[in-house]
Amino acid sequence: MIEPTISFVGIWSVILLSGVFLYVLLDGFDLGVGILHGFAPSTADGDVMMKSIAPVWDGNETWLVLGGVALLAAFPLAFAIIIPAVYFPILVMLLALAFRGVAFEFRFQDPAGRAFWDHAFHYGSLAATFAQGLVLGAFVQGFQVEGRQFAGGAFDFLTPFSAFVGAALVCGYGLLGAGWLILKTEGTLQNWARGLGQYCLIGVVFGLIVVSLWSPAIDASIATRWFSMPNVLFLWPIPLVTGALVFWEWRALRSGAEASPFVGALLLFLLAYLSLAISLWPMVVPFHFTLWEAASSPRTQAFLLVGTLFMLPVILMYSGWSYWVFRGKVRGRSNHEAAYED
Amino acid sequence: MRSLDPLILSRIQFAWVIAWHILLPAFTVGVASYIAVLEGLHAMTGRDVYLRVSNFWIRIFAVTFGMGVVTGVVMPFQFGTNWSRLSDATANVIGPLLAYEGLLAFFLEASFLGVLLFGRKLVPPWMHLVAAVMVAAGTLFSSFWILATNSWMQTPAGYTIVDGRFYPTDWMEVIFTPSFPYRLVHTVLAFYITSALVVMGVGSYTVRCGRFLEEGRVMMTTALSLLTVLVPLQLVAGDQHGLNTLKHQPAKIAAIEARWETVAPVPLTLFALPEQDAETNRYALDVPYLGSLILTHSLDGSIKGLKDFPANERAPVAIVFFAFRIMVAAGILILALVVVGSVLRGLGRMFTSHWYLLACQLAIPLGFLAVLAGWTTTEVGRQPWTVYGLLRTADSVTPSLSGGHVLVSLVLYAVAYVVIYPTGVLILLRLVRNGPGGMLTGPDVPVQAGRPAVPIKELPRSPYPGGQP
Repeated sequence: MIEPTISFVGIWSVILLSGVFLYVLLDGFDLGVGILHGFAPSTADGDVMMKSIAPVWDGNETWLVLGGVALLAAFPLAFAIIIPAVYFPILVMLLALAFRGVAFEFRFQDPAGRAFWDHAFHYGSLAATFAQGLVLGAFVQGFQVEGRQFAGGAFDFLTPFSAFVGAALVCGYGLLGAGWLILKTEGTLQNWARGLGQYCLIGVVFGLIVVSLWSPAIDASIATRWFSMPNVLFLWPIPLVTGALVFWEWRALRSGAEASPFVGALLLFLLAYLSLAISLWPMVVPFHFTLWEAASSPRTQAFLLVGTLFMLPVILMYSGWSYWVFRGKVRGRSNHEAAYED
Repeated sequence: MRSLDPLILSRIQFAWVIAWHILLPAFTVGVASYIAVLEGLHAMTGRDVYLRVSNFWIRIFAVTFGMGVVTGVVMPFQFGTNWSRLSDATANVIGPLLAYEGLLAFFLEASFLGVLLFGRKLVPPWMHLVAAVMVAAGTLFSSFWILATNSWMQTPAGYTIVDGRFYPTDWMEVIFTPSFPYRLVHTVLAFYITSALVVMGVGSYTVRCGRFLEEGRVMMTTALSLLTVLVPLQLVAGDQHGLNTLKHQPAKIAAIEARWETVAPVPLTLFALPEQDAETNRYALDVPYLGSLILTHSLDGSIKGLKDFPANERAPVAIVFFAFRIMVAAGILILALVVVGSVLRGLGRMFTSHWYLLACQLAIPLGFLAVLAGWTTTEVGRQPWTVYGLLRTADSVTPSLSGGHVLVSLVLYAVAYVVIYPTGVLILLRLVRNGPGGMLTGPDVPVQAGRPAVPIKELPRSPYPGGQP
């Protein structure tokens, strides 16, 4: 066999970035619904909220697994350094996801323990989101590395910055969740989601501003990336467009728009995500290894790429189909739930 | 905290999370196929009983599959949190296998599961059948890739080592390693048998209670028919897997049989207390020639004893020895259950022999026990290696971990699973007790799926304090 001579790192970077973004978006809205669920105005509304995500949550969470194993397969050095560095946030995230995940079935099937599983769903969603924010914050801060291994302490991840990012992500997922609920519900529940969405948006705006000012102070390379010439000429529209989007999202939340709040939240996430990528590119272990340095062997990347390029469109197709089957507004007892309670 | 060893704690943690997780695929892989078959039978015969039985198992599947997902998400992250050096060394080779499991299996399962559980009224019947088949296919694809990964770690092939890291040279050799076909057949058969035993036991309970007799009988006859084919097949598959292990992992076989000396003919040690340090067995109960007969299919064949391997390349003998015997004992009991069942069925007395119905019910855990014992045999038998003969477990653990940190995570995983699993079991028991009722079908009664007919209890914040209006 001959060694592949072309590099697949570029395309794998795009696949990984897109996969992680899809995860953030998809599990983001259903974790967000979980965060808002704790404040549900009534039990019946809480049921509707759960129902709106029950058929899709495990598909959404599958992107997390794919993100993890794709990182392992395509950029193993990053996997082997980053995951140990965030040992405890990963632990909290996994346990929180476990409790909120089983809550979907358990709260329906175990009436006596229902209050407990409602709490598990709410606090599980909240803790998983905060832990993901801690991971993100720790990632932006960078890691202490010796050779090919993480060499820092187990609590290096915990700083005011990472805690702040965690809180901001809770608001962000809350906004996505509110957008989803506005899309999938109606009447008082929808109005309630509009109200909470506005609080979440305020949190998001505050978070975006603070993180934008804070991150250039973390590493000189981030400041150089954004404020040096000629970069600044290309990058100045990003904060401007973000500002315009915030305004649009605010209007959408306060108007009767059905889909716009979700779309607006989605675009805000996209811009924040792009800005993050711009700040750190091409680092995958900030500020030690680039995507190229952490990549697996070309033969590994080539082998996986063949199946991935074939399967990703198929996956998007049948995931999309499953969303299509459950399209439309979720209602109290008149939707599929009514069928279970004869 | 100096006495806390992150290596041993990480191993306990991995054993803990994998052992609980494997119980779920051991059940869901078979039940997914069973549901697909029931849906197919209903489509072909039009008999409503298949639909009622299918709906019953779909509800049970929903609970177990959800638990399987959340305990499964934990698994790949273990490679990073606790086994980062294993990840760094082997990712070039096994990374894509794990990724293909996600790409080919998990999305298939997750996307079609929603439709299988909640979509019966939303899609045409044939589409619902397709969803059932897709979920079943997903569970089998998942078994394929995860066992390919495991088999590569047991009998690595198709690689080269550069600077202490593995690089792939031939993907077909990486996927189809020498032990893979045997492990795949043996494991998937074990999963199917485990599920069939559960269906059999639940069916016998349903028959014994005298309610839903028709459904209970369908469960028992379908499960017994399957077991009659699969259990004898499993004996052959297990034997072949053993011969394959003898060829590629002789030290594991020596540990399984607690053979310290290389002798011919080899006796079979039925029971003993193996002592690792003294390199001997106490209270050994040996049957002459039987070891040669089973392991080499001849009367005077020989296998290498443990003393022919360096002491630091031997697995913990007692664990492997007993785990294997527990698996075989469970297998013998299962075989007896199937033989007796077939005889009773031939005599037309299967549904009226109360002692047999009770035995079927008591046999529900046997498949799970055999799977856990078998998994322990093969995984502990691979020690002290993660990649057999090439990478030591001690060199695989994350270097930055301290014992105290792993102890914290281990305790938290322990607490979480001790809350989640018993709750799940209680819910499953309640579903079984409710039986396949309340799911009649007909022109006036909508076909249902997913949730059971449980009354929703009112919580204090309900707008209807007196109960459901």
